[in-house]
Amino acid sequence: MSLYYLQKVLFQLNRDPGVRQRFDSDFAALLDEYELTEEEREALRKPDVGLLYVLGVNGQLLMHYAALCGMPWADYIEAMREGVCRHGPVRAGLYALPDPAP
Amino acid sequence: MPLVFAGVCSHAPGIVGRAHMADPADRASCHAAFDDMRVEIEATKPDALIVIAAEHFANFFMNNMPAFAMAMTDHYEGPIEDEVWLGIRRHRIPGHADLALRLITRVLDEVDVAYAEEWKLDHGIMVPLHFLTPRYDLPIIAVNINCQGPPLTPLHRAHAFGRVLRRACDEVPERIALIGTGGISHWPATPISGRINEAFDREFLERWSANRRDELLAYRDEDTYRNAGQGGFEIRTFIAVSGATEGLAADVLYYRAIPTFSVGCTIGIVRGLEGYDAVPQAGGRRQG
Ligand SMILES: [Fe+2]
Repeated sequence: MSLYYLQKVLFQLNRDPGVRQRFDSDFAALLDEYELTEEEREALRKPDVGLLYVLGVNGQLLMHYAALCGMPWADYIEAMREGVCRHGPVRAGLYALPDPAP
Repeated sequence: MPLVFAGVCSHAPGIVGRAHMADPADRASCHAAFDDMRVEIEATKPDALIVIAAEHFANFFMNNMPAFAMAMTDHYEGPIEDEVWLGIRRHRIPGHADLALRLITRVLDEVDVAYAEEWKLDHGIMVPLHFLTPRYDLPIIAVNINCQGPPLTPLHRAHAFGRVLRRACDEVPERIALIGTGGISHWPATPISGRINEAFDREFLERWSANRRDELLAYRDEDTYRNAGQGGFEIRTFIAVSGATEGLAADVLYYRAIPTFSVGCTIGIVRGLEGYDAVPQAGGRRQG
């Protein structure tokens, strides 16, 4: 689990066109610069937005990544729901706090 | 001189980006309420607009997260988000580095604020500006409070920051308008995005509009998270405005829970500001 670096990739991807370009053209080398687990690399490569949510990525980063991947809003919300079904509850970060009241 | 305007508004990206998906009556009333706020701000003829917004990881990250930060720049670029997704074209937006320098210098007497000479605007500021300064012709001073990456800025510090920011504004000759943007209850960018706790919001707006400091500072983050979501942490920006306008009550011009926008859309304006006098007040109350 290296949520800090996983989020850092997305933070830099969201705000830096140069990083965005390398993400497309030089993915493996770019990710080598961050301390990521295999699962995290895979989630970024696919991209598996649902798993990224479960891994604990903050929505203020993830929603931009989903938009960058061309996901419409409804698909993005659905991907997070599916992610929780497939991988279980959020494991770390802000959303790993106890489930909000209905 | 004393603040010429102070208020609060929502900043959820859906307000613009998903406007086409909303019920037309929701969209129209929400956008009209922003327009009422614009008219009031313009009538006060401000030299600059301070926007206190919430951390969204546009400029700062957990490698070096400030509790408070102020922009000290003559221009911004924004939005950082995809233009189509947000529904707002990328612009160069004027700042006011010289005024910011003087304000920051005064604020530092009491609160350790970080400053940044480079700043990108995200929806937390771009959505309000889209409505309030649609020609992007008013210099902006961006302010950030950490509402996103725990440990968060404590509520009482947000209030104290607002107080000293007000004093700083008092001591410069410029006519300054101030807004806080964010919240209230919402679960943005989560699987339950669209949930809104209207009872929480109305209770909070009671306390905010009466500027009851102790009741505003009584919120605990655990309860806020449970009842108002992680988006509820953004009450810090409203509380900073309360600190900047101590002793003054506010009008909640508009509140309407709009799930498509993922937030209870809110427009509030502080009344009785010394610098505001002799300016006609626009419109009536718009209740959702
Ligand atoms: Fe926000």
